[in-house]
Amino acid sequence: MIRFDSVSKRYPNGYEALRGINLHIRRGEMVFITGHSGAGKSTLLRLIPLLERPSNGQVLVAGLNLVRLRRGLIPQLRRRIGMIFQDYRLLHDRTVYDNVALPLVIAGVSPLEIGRRVRAALDKVGLLDRERVYPVTLSGGEQQRVGIARAVVSRPPILVADEPTGNLDPALSWEIMQLFRDFQRVGVTVVIASHDIGLIERLGQRVITLERGRLVDDIPAEAA
Amino acid sequence: MAEVAARRPPSRLRRAANAYVSAHGRALVGALGRLYRTPLASLMTAAVLGVALALPAGFLLLLANLQGVTAGWEADARLSVFLKTDVAPDRYRALAATLEQDPDIAAATLITPEQALEELRAVSGMQDALALLDSNPLPAVLLVQPAAGADPEAAAALAERLEALPDADLVQLDQAWLQRLASVVELARRGTLVIAAMLGIAVILVVGNTIRMAIESRREELVIIKLLGGTDAFIRRPFLYEGCWYGLLGGVLALLLVETALLLLRGPATALAASYGSALLVQGLGMDGVAWLLAAGVVLGLAGSRLAVGRHLRAIEPR
Repeated sequence: MIRFDSVSKRYPNGYEALRGINLHIRRGEMVFITGHSGAGKSTLLRLIPLLERPSNGQVLVAGLNLVRLRRGLIPQLRRRIGMIFQDYRLLHDRTVYDNVALPLVIAGVSPLEIGRRVRAALDKVGLLDRERVYPVTLSGGEQQRVGIARAVVSRPPILVADEPTGNLDPALSWEIMQLFRDFQRVGVTVVIASHDIGLIERLGQRVITLERGRLVDDIPAEAA
Repeated sequence: MAEVAARRPPSRLRRAANAYVSAHGRALVGALGRLYRTPLASLMTAAVLGVALALPAGFLLLLANLQGVTAGWEADARLSVFLKTDVAPDRYRALAATLEQDPDIAAATLITPEQALEELRAVSGMQDALALLDSNPLPAVLLVQPAAGADPEAAAALAERLEALPDADLVQLDQAWLQRLASVVELARRGTLVIAAMLGIAVILVVGNTIRMAIESRREELVIIKLLGGTDAFIRRPFLYEGCWYGLLGGVLALLLVETALLLLRGPATALAASYGSALLVQGLGMDGVAWLLAAGVVLGLAGSRLAVGRHLRAIEPR
């Protein structure tokens, strides 16, 4: 589903964030990317929806060669990737419902279908009764669940999450991770950057460790 | 069977068309909603546009009225043929009769030297000075009205022909001052167009700046839309419609300003015309004028927002 072939990323200021990364993530896999701050976790994640372009090497996502992808096709790529952020990135002047509906509005889905799918997504994250409220009135865990509902509402084959539990306490983090597990079980490829080693170990999934831009460890998932 | 056909899901093309129309409808209404949420700021911008559009519209209307008035006068174009002073009375009477028959001439009126002197005496208040003259120094004059009406070229050709008459001394085209007036009107019209072009640029810049600020204030939202796969067109659309709305509102305000000004000027203008013995009918913008004014507003608003959107949206990329 996602393939990195000797990918390097050097920023204009000369900083080398990634060096010669080779990586293959199969359809329906759940993968954690871990490492210290500045190890290149975020950069690696940002290459998948083309928030950055690699300096060298090739990135293939859902059959698309990102190096050759025209600017005009980037929206098509991003619609196939649900993105989840540490700071949630919700629109605070819109209700929970409107936040979750946004990807469908962008994709031009009919209003009737939008209502159906938004409620299904909110139901999945357990916030069906909060669709009329504004995000600021929600707790951090609830806001992140809105973010997840927004990421999955268009049923993308790939979910990419950058430190999704970075601002949450252990109990809430565990809940959020269980949500990601649920999506993985129905065939979604999930890539999560996190430095919460304890949490990651308890989940027993594939773990990729980065160190100063290099891939130094790749532990496969525990046999269930 | 018919029921099955009716329940068949809409075709791909149909769905795409529906999505397109609903996306535009959403952007159109959404843009109006945003203007409505900041009524004072929106109204101020629209008022600036209104004044900028009302000025050239008002001037052009004024010129149209002026041209309407002078068009009536031009029909009265006349030639004054001053004869040589030594032409005998029976000769100029015969000449007047001949000219009366000329196919190019609608009417020829004779003013004898005696009549001319009489007129001069009546209007100039120079009775004493004129009494000192021992003979009448004034020539006979033929007032000729061209059959071709106001056509300046035909009048000029006729003047040339009359000047060639052996008895004619001087032919004066009374149209000259009308031509001068026409030149002044044309100059004013050109000037108005130049000012209109400048104010049009001002409208574009005002809308452009307003849209630029709208883009800045929604930067975070636009970044998120890009992250979620929003196309450039999707992001651009609401701002283009916002520019159209500003232009339309500006056009409506300009319309109100022009009509109000017209209402204030109609009374004095009619009184002035009455003092010249003419029934002046002040004409308003009319359906055409209204349509042009509103269309100009929308087009300029669109141009302004296009300018801002092109310049600033590219710079917004997810970080």
